[in-house]
Amino acid sequence: MSNDLYISASCVITNHVVSKNEQSIFENKAATLPDFLVSVYRFLNIQYPKFHKMDNLSKLGWLANEVLLRNNFDAAKYKPDETGIVLMNANSSLDTDIKYVATTKEMASPALFVYTLPNIVIGEISITHHFKGENAFFICNEFDAGFIHQYVSNLAYNNILQCCICGWVEVLNNEYKAVLFLIEKFKSVNSIIFTKENLYKIYQLQNG
Amino acid sequence: MSDLKMQIIAQLNLQDTKPEDIGDDQPLFVEGLGLDSIDALELIVLLQQHYKIKLSNAEDGPKVFKTVRTMAEYITAHQAQNA
Amino acid sequence: MNEPVFVAGTGIISAIGYTVAECLDALENGRAGMNRMQYLDSVHKQRLPVAEVKLSNDELAKLGNLTNIKSRTALLSLIAAKEALTNAGIENIKSLRCGFVSANSVGGMDKTENFFKNFLTHNNKGKLRNIINHECGSVTELVADALGIKDYITTISTACSSSANSIFFGARLIRNNIVDLVVAGGTDSLTKFTLNGFNTLMIVDEQFCQPFDENRRGLNLGEGAGYVVLVSEKVAATLKNKPQIILNGYCNANDAYHQTASSPDGTGSFLAMSGALKKSGLQPADIDYINLHGTGTQNNDIAEGTAIKRLFNGQYPKMSSTKTFTGHTLGASGGIEAVFSVLSLQHGIIYPNLRLQTPMADLPFVPEREFIKDVKVNHVLSNSFGFGGNCSSLIFSKY
Repeated sequence: MSNDLYISASCVITNHVVSKNEQSIFENKAATLPDFLVSVYRFLNIQYPKFHKMDNLSKLGWLANEVLLRNNFDAAKYKPDETGIVLMNANSSLDTDIKYVATTKEMASPALFVYTLPNIVIGEISITHHFKGENAFFICNEFDAGFIHQYVSNLAYNNILQCCICGWVEVLNNEYKAVLFLIEKFKSVNSIIFTKENLYKIYQLQNG
Repeated sequence: MSDLKMQIIAQLNLQDTKPEDIGDDQPLFVEGLGLDSIDALELIVLLQQHYKIKLSNAEDGPKVFKTVRTMAEYITAHQAQNA
Repeated sequence: MNEPVFVAGTGIISAIGYTVAECLDALENGRAGMNRMQYLDSVHKQRLPVAEVKLSNDELAKLGNLTNIKSRTALLSLIAAKEALTNAGIENIKSLRCGFVSANSVGGMDKTENFFKNFLTHNNKGKLRNIINHECGSVTELVADALGIKDYITTISTACSSSANSIFFGARLIRNNIVDLVVAGGTDSLTKFTLNGFNTLMIVDEQFCQPFDENRRGLNLGEGAGYVVLVSEKVAATLKNKPQIILNGYCNANDAYHQTASSPDGTGSFLAMSGALKKSGLQPADIDYINLHGTGTQNNDIAEGTAIKRLFNGQYPKMSSTKTFTGHTLGASGGIEAVFSVLSLQHGIIYPNLRLQTPMADLPFVPEREFIKDVKVNHVLSNSFGFGGNCSSLIFSKY
């Protein structure tokens, strides 16, 4: 049970800066959050019209995942149920819950209601990439690197997953932070060892 | 119908679509614009909020929302009733 | 790492009863919990039947002897969790490492939505302290505090599969020697937020729901809480009443199809059920009863039914949806239905799928229509499928 696990890649989006493997790759300081998210989408040059329907939490998590996997993820290595997703945040889907409640005054919006659950972001990522492995969303006050490390290690060592996307995705009004990690069982070019210290170090990256 | 197209784009957050991109007789669901079940529900909201028409039976949806033209015809027919 | 995890206690509160005994009695006598809305003040009061717990918040507080908890979600949670712990009767509980893993989807929303209405009229209106416990996590912590559980507390929020996920997460904590005992399950109270939302998705039934009926019209929302007390083999051996039931298998998968609908061929359900079987080492033919997710929506029932057809391939166990009694209790459903599954094993009973008039034409099996007792029940499969494609299945077995 001593096979190491590796952080093959990481992505941090906060303060209007996008970082991959601790290097800034895009920034757009002047924009509002919704505009910032769209600008990241355009920067990534992806065609996925359903992006525009997502709420801010899903957009943020989905974009972070696109950055995370780009150029360093070989989907062919894994069967659909071998890749899973484990995320956490403190405020669940509160940002969208508030917006949804505002619509109930006149006529409740089905499109917003769909996003009043924090795990829908997992659904969006899974739909795009056909990930069918175990997935979970936890609510806690702050990023718990030890918890993520323990939980994901357990899944990997017990062969419940061969690959896991994990991290923190949080949005509330204009405060937001996404930190995603790609955990795999082999070492590659930019890999660092999967430890809670490394997780925490990357989480604390403020992006300027 | 071009007003309706703009309303559809706004209601469904189709930010990458322009009214000219939506054909009058182009299927809205599955193929064509590729809308899904939640979009159908949002179109029901659109009918209610903009045109005060209530579509209470979700099963009528596919017929009414088949194309922009069928939507426009439905609106005209029911607005006449409401008037 | 593969040591058995025992179910030492169960606790429940729902539209059909305030305790396990009351719920059992209702299940045996076909008393469903749906009715005209009584406690929730919603514009849909006249139109949509719901399965409410038939007590106001004050009455709940009195029932549970809780004076300073205001949130309905927390009240329901505490009452059911307390019953589970009492039922488990663990005398030396203070010497054990204990965890509380609870799920919910609304958190303190019941209080927040009332605050919000006042707040919208003027910034100064509305009691801010009512929303301090809004987040899902706060509800869990409040209840853990009241139960005296400190060692491990966490909240899972994955829609309708949440409390099933809590239960198998709890089992993992025990197997990994992080705790000796876990109270695991979930809670949810009825709120305008959820009612309006489900109504706008047009999947609620204006009549009493008919899951797995060809002419089903949708779901009835419900509320409640359900918890199991899980213990390690070591702890089980010390108990006076030796637990006979184990959590034998579990699996979670993602359908990866749509945010709120299941894939028509039930891929997610199939993966979850077959994964749970694989984990338990059982064959489909070993399952004696399936507690269906069975919400009564067009979509769920055909997706789940199709997955069962594929997996069980001609050898169909007895099955039913107890949501025909309790309504769909969202974050609590996995927990409540886990309790029903355990009771089925303990008492050798199978619950009916109420109000089934016309079986679904596309499925080669029919859920049970009558309550059956004195049945040999050794293995029960319980399904919980949530929005976001999150699909979970649990298998409980006699040890």
